[in-house]
Amino acid sequence: MPAAFTRQRSAPRGPVPAPTSGSVTGPATASRLPRLALIGNPNSGKTSLFNQLTGLNQKVGNFPGVTVDRKTGVAQLGGARRAEIIDLPGTYSLYPKSLDERVIADMLYNPASPDYPDFVVVTVDASNLRRSLLLFSQLADLDLPAILALNMTDVAAERGIALDVPVLERELGVPVVPMNARKGIGVAALRIVMAEQLAAPPAVRFWEPTEELLPLVRQIRYYFNLHNDYLALHYAHQFRALGFLSDDDRAYLAELTAKYKFDSTAEQARETVSRYGHINELLLEAVTVTRTERREPASNRIDKVLTHRVFGYLIFLGVLFGLFEAIFSLAKYPMDAIDAGIAALSAFIQAHAHGPLIRLLTEGVLAGLGGVLIFIPQIALLFAFLAVLEETGYMARVTFLMDKLMRPFGLSGKSVVPLISGLACAVPAIMGARTIESWKDRMLTIFVTPLMSCSARIPVYTVLVALVVPDQTWGGFFNLRGLVLLGLYLLGLTSALLSALLLKTVLKARERSYFIMEFPVYRWPRWKNVGLTIIEKVKAFVLQAGKVIVAISVLLWVLASYGPGDRQARAEAQVRQAAAAAARPAGPDTERAVAAARLETSYAGSFGHLLEPAIRPLGFDWKIGISLLTSFAAREVFVGTMSTIYSVGQDADLGTVQQKLAGEKDLAGRPFFTPARAMSLLVFYVFAMQCMSTLAVTYRETKSWRWPLAQLIYMTGLAYAASLFVWQVFG
Amino acid sequence: MAFFRRSVSPLPAGRRTANDLRPGETATVCCLSDPEMALKLLEMGCIPGTTVRLVGRAPLGDPLMLTLGDEDYTLSLRVSEARTIQLKDPLAESQA
Repeated sequence: MPAAFTRQRSAPRGPVPAPTSGSVTGPATASRLPRLALIGNPNSGKTSLFNQLTGLNQKVGNFPGVTVDRKTGVAQLGGARRAEIIDLPGTYSLYPKSLDERVIADMLYNPASPDYPDFVVVTVDASNLRRSLLLFSQLADLDLPAILALNMTDVAAERGIALDVPVLERELGVPVVPMNARKGIGVAALRIVMAEQLAAPPAVRFWEPTEELLPLVRQIRYYFNLHNDYLALHYAHQFRALGFLSDDDRAYLAELTAKYKFDSTAEQARETVSRYGHINELLLEAVTVTRTERREPASNRIDKVLTHRVFGYLIFLGVLFGLFEAIFSLAKYPMDAIDAGIAALSAFIQAHAHGPLIRLLTEGVLAGLGGVLIFIPQIALLFAFLAVLEETGYMARVTFLMDKLMRPFGLSGKSVVPLISGLACAVPAIMGARTIESWKDRMLTIFVTPLMSCSARIPVYTVLVALVVPDQTWGGFFNLRGLVLLGLYLLGLTSALLSALLLKTVLKARERSYFIMEFPVYRWPRWKNVGLTIIEKVKAFVLQAGKVIVAISVLLWVLASYGPGDRQARAEAQVRQAAAAAARPAGPDTERAVAAARLETSYAGSFGHLLEPAIRPLGFDWKIGISLLTSFAAREVFVGTMSTIYSVGQDADLGTVQQKLAGEKDLAGRPFFTPARAMSLLVFYVFAMQCMSTLAVTYRETKSWRWPLAQLIYMTGLAYAASLFVWQVFG
Repeated sequence: MAFFRRSVSPLPAGRRTANDLRPGETATVCCLSDPEMALKLLEMGCIPGTTVRLVGRAPLGDPLMLTLGDEDYTLSLRVSEARTIQLKDPLAESQA
């Protein structure tokens, strides 16, 4: 295949002038900023470079139709020029192997796309130049104006790899900027080169479709009026996945490729091998490797410990424990502060103003806002942890250690961290599932994570367990209550794993999933990257999931505060009359009784009564029904609602609530909360999706309402079935 | 260049794969037996003719760690994936 290796200098460009960049975007060009795309292999320092170029000027949106974050930012270039930068997902080639990578094809193959870049900056790992240049050579053959950011030159130098930059520039036909993006070295030079507004595509051709392919390629090229043979070839390879093509276009391409018996897999393999041949040749001139001594790299020596059969797991257990402590204990302080701050603010407003609007503001909106803000400490801490694990390269080792254990359940090694985080809170945990590349593994992890018993279930667990389980100690060591609590946690874990197993068989993979990944060398984390990750995640949560949370919170408040007709007013009058008749002085007792009466006659109360027939088989009455509805905002609200209904006041401590619940009698005068009833309720809370924030965040992470809805139905169904079983068997 | 089509015929007896390497052992890639997997391996630099060295395995035997070429570039892949990397027979090579 000698034709493939011939290198063309810029002059003979082919018959059709390349209509790149500017001319495509038309007259609007003058007013908008030049747009450039950052593209490169995973672990090539792309994110570091993006952070260096844009700093806090970042915006996170999403690409249409996929769950990939679309990170854009504005960078200051040399000469007071600015440019809009878009950060593309890391990839090894232009042939997408995962759904995330398809974003790149949709953008680069469609010159009419609003995202179509004026030029690309390709980050390559200088210590792995051969592999990195594969992607670059494909981009160059698409005639995209490009700059090569030759990153990680420090690692290359350490390994005795000397690169001749002028030779590289000549061989590659584009400006080459050596740099170390993590430390910010070379970024200034890159800004200057970027400001020079590249108009010309790379002057070198790396590979061209072979003779046999030309009839097909040319037909596609003229049909779609494309500027380049290689682009036309990509249409032949990828037309099924290109979102911007019409059905007719796809049908045309399907017919054409069938007619020419186009074997996409074989052609891709042939092209890749041929490109590597060319790259090898080119690197002979530009790269000299002088290895002074052949000692084992530090990374391998660290790996001997961190992936050791005993120490590896022990260290990982330690890391998990640290992470759990952080989001469980450490986050408590800022969370309490936020709680107190919101309460103080709401008390301050209520002390100075009255009326239904003020109540809506404080008890509805402000409470909802508090419900959003309360998650920030946990999200920030979890992502600080995750960012450090990713940055150092340890996450790849976690995957390596855990993969075999998780695979039987359809989960991957990377699912471990979200699942464990789910023990603290499902909201940051589900956001953390973003690190899982495979679509199916990620969806499974997101789906089952809320089944892990989170910290919001603890108040419910403690009240009910203390109510019915005697405070006994077996063998001087095992506390009975502790054992029941442990059992509940294990029930959550088991159900999460089994649900994954179930869903694994139901859910069809949308792509072939590969485990194969690069093992990055260990590095110190860059704190700037860690900080920006935290900011990005908190912003995404507050702005996207936050809206849903506030809306549901307001709705729930309205349901619990207002009732149909004048029932609430009548109920209140009745309570006050009764108090007056009994000659009790007006006081907190009466107020609590009024609150209970108002809640019972509210929409939520009516709902509780309405629900009773449905939940009676579980052993629940309308009072629990109301609590189920209100605790949909967050599970711990269950305790507060029960306090109101039993008129002990919202601020009562758990002991008081317990006494009240213990004193509740059924119609026959026996204690209402029997062990079986309490167990039924406990089991319900183990499984039920009683958390609007989790639903909101699942929506934000899957970009579809289908997933949170499926979660809600599945988990509530599971909870209902389990409670039904418990009550019918033991009740 | 039909190296990726080998799977059509049953493997020749005794053809070793990357999964058969002993820790620390080095061998040369001969061909890739799974066409789709081959594309992923190729773009990650695992091309027929490159050398691979088994660095080690995860404690449970799967996945494994392979170093490619003479660069310090390490891949982690599952046993099922490593089995698609067929190795050259050192004997046959020396006779040729």
